[in-house]
Amino acid sequence: MKNKNIKSLLACASLLIAVVLPACDVMAQQQNDPKFNKMMKEGFRAEGIAGLDRIQQDETQKFCSDPVFAGSEKGQAMREKIQKINMDSIRQPSDGKYIGDWKKGEAIAQSGRGATWTDKADTPIGGGCYNCHQIDKKEISYGTIGPSLWNYGKMRGNSQELIVYTWNRINNSKAYNACSNMPRFAHFKLLNEQQIQDLMALLLDPASPVNQ
Amino acid sequence: MQRKFAFGSAIGILTVSLSFSSSVFSQTPSDEIAKYREMIADGNPSELYEAAGEDLWKKPAGPKNATLKKCDLGLGPGVVKGAAAQLPRYFKDTNKVQDLESRLMTCMQTLQGRNPKEMVDAPFQVGPKKDIEAIVAYIVTASKGEKIKVSTNHPKEKEMYELGKRAFYFQGGPMDFSCASCHGEDGKRIRLQDLPNLTTQKGATLGWGYWPAYRVSSGQFWTMQQRLNDCYRQQRFPFPIYGSDLTVALSMYMAKNANGGTVETPGLKR
Repeated sequence: MKNKNIKSLLACASLLIAVVLPACDVMAQQQNDPKFNKMMKEGFRAEGIAGLDRIQQDETQKFCSDPVFAGSEKGQAMREKIQKINMDSIRQPSDGKYIGDWKKGEAIAQSGRGATWTDKADTPIGGGCYNCHQIDKKEISYGTIGPSLWNYGKMRGNSQELIVYTWNRINNSKAYNACSNMPRFAHFKLLNEQQIQDLMALLLDPASPVNQ
Repeated sequence: MQRKFAFGSAIGILTVSLSFSSSVFSQTPSDEIAKYREMIADGNPSELYEAAGEDLWKKPAGPKNATLKKCDLGLGPGVVKGAAAQLPRYFKDTNKVQDLESRLMTCMQTLQGRNPKEMVDAPFQVGPKKDIEAIVAYIVTASKGEKIKVSTNHPKEKEMYELGKRAFYFQGGPMDFSCASCHGEDGKRIRLQDLPNLTTQKGATLGWGYWPAYRVSSGQFWTMQQRLNDCYRQQRFPFPIYGSDLTVALSMYMAKNANGGTVETPGLKR
C-alpha cells in the first residue's frame, strides 16, 4: 500500500517535471525584474490619446521584447502559441469581399499619420505602408524594413489561398511570424475592414499600378 | 615640363573621375542629403544656442543668484571640456547615474536654487527648458572631436546599461514598436531616412555621436532628451518623462555602445 503510494507520487513528480519545466523555461526568458518595471512605470505619463495602458504589454509584446529567447530553439513552442493566438483573432471579411479600391488603398498606404499623442482620437490613422515597403515603383520615397511589394499580385497570381494569406497578413502579421515588425492593423483597430480591402486591391488588383 | 604634364593629366583624370562619380553615385537619396548637409555645414545654427548657453552658464541666476561655474559634470567642478563625452555616468552626490540634462537640473537646483519640477514639466523650446537646451549646446560643443568614453565600471552604471538595453527592446503601444523595431538592424530606412543600428558600435556612434543636433526641418536645436521624446511619440507610446531613469538608461545603452566613436555634436540633421 505504502509502496504503491510512493510509486504514484514518483509518477506524479516526473509528470510535473515534464510539464512544468518547459513552462519554467518560457518564464525564464523575461524575469520579472521589479527595478525594470518601476523604471518603466515611472518613466512615462499619459498625454492626449496616448494613455499608460499602452505600456501594458500583451502576451505577444512581452514575448517579442526578448528577441534572444524569442528567436531561440527554446522559444519555438511559445512562438507557435503566439502565432496561434494571433491567427485565431483574425476575421475574414464580413461581406465576403476581399478586394476594394486600389486608389483608396494607395492613399492609405501613403499616410503614416495617427495614434500619436499629438493626434486627436478622430485623426484618421494611415497604414504607413510606404514607411517600410516599396509598393508602387513610382513612389521613390519608401522604407526598407519590410520586403518590396512591387508586382505583388503579378508575381504571385490571385489564387484564393494567396488572397486569404494576404488578408491575414495585413490583418495580423504575427499569425505567421510571432515577432514580425509589422503592426497588427485589425487587432488594434488601426485600420477597418474596408481600408484593408482597399489595401488588398492595391496589392492584388490587376489594374493596380503595383501590378503593371 | 614632363612633370607639369603629368600633374595636368592627373588633375584631368581626377576631374573626370569626380564628375563621373557624382553623376553615378549621387543618385541615391542618402547622398543627396549628405550633399545638402555639406552645403550648410559651414554655418550650423547651433552656434547661436551655444553662445546663449555660455552666457547662461556664467551669469548669476535663480533664487540663489549663483552661476553654474561650479557645476560638476563628472570631470570636476566647472570642467566643461570633454564632459559630454563621458556622460551618462554615476555621481556620488546624487547616488545616481545621470545624463547631461538630468545633471544640469541637479546643478541648477543645488547651485542656483531652481526647482527641477518646473524644468521637467516645461514644454521643449520654451521657458526653463529653453535655458537648459542652450546650456546643452554650450556643453556638447566643448566635446566636439573627443572620443566617446562612457564607463560601466560602477555597479550602478552597469545596471543602468542593462536596464537601458531591456528598455530598448521593450515593445508596446498599438503598433507593437520598440526602439529595436527601427534601430536593431543594419542598412534599414523609413521612407528615405537612414536608420542607424544602435546595437552596434558604428550605428550607435552615428546616433549618439551626432545628437544633440540642429534640426533643419523644425529650425530648432534638439537635445538628446527631445530626440528620445519624439522617438517615443512616433512609437505611439505615452510621454517619456524628462530626465527620468528610463531616458537616462536608454542614453547609457546608446552611449556605451558608441564607445570609441567620435563626438560630432552639435550635429546637423534633416
